[in-house]
Amino acid sequence: MAATTPSARERPLRVVVAKAGLDGHDRGAKVIARALRDAGMEVIYTGLFQSPEQIVQTAIQEDADGIGLSILSGAHMTLFPLVIEQLRAQGAQDVVFFGGGTIPPDDVAALKKLGVREVFTPGAPLQDIVDFVKRACARRTLVN
Amino acid sequence: MTEQRIADLVNAFRNGDARALARAISLCESGEGAPVVAALHALAGNAATVGITGPPGVGKSTLCAALVRKARSAGRRVGVISVDPSSPFSHGALLGDRIRLAEHFTDPNVFIRSMASRGHLGGLAGATADAALLMDAFGLEFIAIETVGAGQNEVEIAELAQTTIVALQPGSGDSIQVLKAGILEIADVFVVNKSDHPMANQLRREIRAMLGIMQYEGWVPEVVATQALEGDGIDALWEAIERHALFLNESGEIERRRRERFAHQVRAIAAGRIRALVERAIATGSDDGDPYAAAARALASLGIQE
Repeated sequence: MAATTPSARERPLRVVVAKAGLDGHDRGAKVIARALRDAGMEVIYTGLFQSPEQIVQTAIQEDADGIGLSILSGAHMTLFPLVIEQLRAQGAQDVVFFGGGTIPPDDVAALKKLGVREVFTPGAPLQDIVDFVKRACARRTLVN
Repeated sequence: MTEQRIADLVNAFRNGDARALARAISLCESGEGAPVVAALHALAGNAATVGITGPPGVGKSTLCAALVRKARSAGRRVGVISVDPSSPFSHGALLGDRIRLAEHFTDPNVFIRSMASRGHLGGLAGATADAALLMDAFGLEFIAIETVGAGQNEVEIAELAQTTIVALQPGSGDSIQVLKAGILEIADVFVVNKSDHPMANQLRREIRAMLGIMQYEGWVPEVVATQALEGDGIDALWEAIERHALFLNESGEIERRRRERFAHQVRAIAAGRIRALVERAIATGSDDGDPYAAAARALASLGIQE
């Protein structure tokens, strides 16, 4: 692949990759961040132990198209809804919210019903995740 | 963006909506910021901008976080712009400088924006100057700008910031000898970070020795030792920044720097537009192997006669 200069009007997707609560397992989040970066996105990594409010404020200030939340602590049924609540409170529902982690199928269904756009569980191919983010975030363009 | 949407955005911005500031910066990043800047530039001109540069791993983000804490305790509204490189291959970027600023994420008086360089050289992103202007217009009073990890040539920050901090770390002393040009010339304040390191004093001496053989008119760069992670030396750094600000004001240098900054921005915008036109001429022009003749044809197609 040759090094090139991006054209002025090309706008890369911007995605916040976040870790929330008391969960120090960030390998998955870093792998996802790297994959999204290699797909040409600008990935803002929050670091560990963030509160839902911190994550949503980050997405707002960074004008992010999406938030990907990684949870491996079992607290997904608490933390995902809190992020959705914050997005609503801040009027930022247009941000595509997705996530991943060790999440049982029943909970995946429940989270999607709550407004999490997609949930990826262990074994999900990176390309599927990249394709989803591209597709879901493409609609949230500057004119939005 | 339609005129109505621009007007809505400008209104929201004037009402202090952080989302409008965020969106305005995005517009500038994608080359569509002109109408927004036209509507808002008159509100700017009150912020103090401090640039932080230095090699990768020296502690720029940690220093930045310490300065933000200091500015907040002084009651000032704060903006942070932190630039990381874009991949020249995928054009993607991993923006991780925020991690050190997590304590400020929910402070409504701190606005943090990560920028990818998007192919821009010089240590900043193409739209960093616009972002700083917009933050200033938004009413942020202290704006810290962190460059990409800089080598010898990433000196653009000095065009943009009122005060430029060059951070170095112990163990890099030998390189000072070869670094006299470029990044070392732009420092208003040198920071020797990681001052708990046994080589720290030696680095301070070497910087002082280097300063001793340089010729300065007016401001002589200060040297401050910090251990940013622990907050050691940050008060001294803050005082050095304030002394520099005082010098800028009293000497009238601040007005000269403002004019320079303006010229720099105009130059960058105009050059960017010309570059885009030249790219188009190259894409449609013929390739006969003579680059000078092709360049002359490209310029001629833009109506420029040499």
